[in-house]
Amino acid sequence: MNDPEPKTLMDLPPGFVFDPARASKFTTRHGHGGWLGIAYHAHGPDWVELALPWREELVGVAETGVLASGPIISLMDNATSMAVWTLAGRFMPHATLDLRVDYMRAAVPGRTLIGRGECYKLTRQIAFIRGIAYDDDPDDPVAHVTGTFMATHGTYL
Amino acid sequence: MDTDLPPYAHALGITIDHVAGENPVLSMDFGERVQGRPGFLHGGALSGLMEMAAVAALRAELARRGESANLKPVNVQVEFMRGGTEQRTFAAGRVTRAGRRVALVNAECWQDDPAKPIALAQMKILLSPGD
Repeated sequence: MNDPEPKTLMDLPPGFVFDPARASKFTTRHGHGGWLGIAYHAHGPDWVELALPWREELVGVAETGVLASGPIISLMDNATSMAVWTLAGRFMPHATLDLRVDYMRAAVPGRTLIGRGECYKLTRQIAFIRGIAYDDDPDDPVAHVTGTFMATHGTYL
Repeated sequence: MDTDLPPYAHALGITIDHVAGENPVLSMDFGERVQGRPGFLHGGALSGLMEMAAVAALRAELARRGESANLKPVNVQVEFMRGGTEQRTFAAGRVTRAGRRVALVNAECWQDDPAKPIALAQMKILLSPGD
């Protein structure tokens, strides 16, 4: 009845249809995503875009102003994770098994980075993901990622 | 020595905990800013810590050789093996191969037991002549 306001994705009621725009408030206000300033940008049936605003604190090479890879991995981990739930249609707990990031070029200092995560295959236990990070033109990405998630409590399908 | 770490490391509270042999061991305390799902470290923060450890190990190796180089990451592969819990995390890198143009560096991170790493990373880094 008067359920308390959910504070994390874990508190969502069973059967909740996953909506990345609404769910973003859980993953982007608290914790590491909140500290990074990651925000919802756009989504489709099997993809989610999140935005990471550039700031001085996130720089990995002081002389160049180029972002560290940690924030880029965090952005892509979050975007691809949400793409999995979006394709599955519901939230379920899962763990990142692995992520590979190829850096095609340096992100331009000062520009917001958009992370586009896509779930290209869902099996009962494993979700296969890929994505790009870009700061201006999706056809000229900063980074390309691939990886897998595993459902930790129950199955995706 | 901490001054060698970039702004990202300072912002996350990553510091050089100690030097084992000639290799720096980095640490990061648990807190809201590195938390993913409640009670656990965010994989991106772990990856960030391992990248800092990998780069620190490579810089230490180049310094031993009396070389200086500008580093440009090519790619990184991260394996998450255990959830990181609410405690201090350590990370160290190991230079597997550093030639003149490219270096392959492995890194791992652990919490209470170095024999039970919670995540591994492998980075490829381009080297170009330093100033």
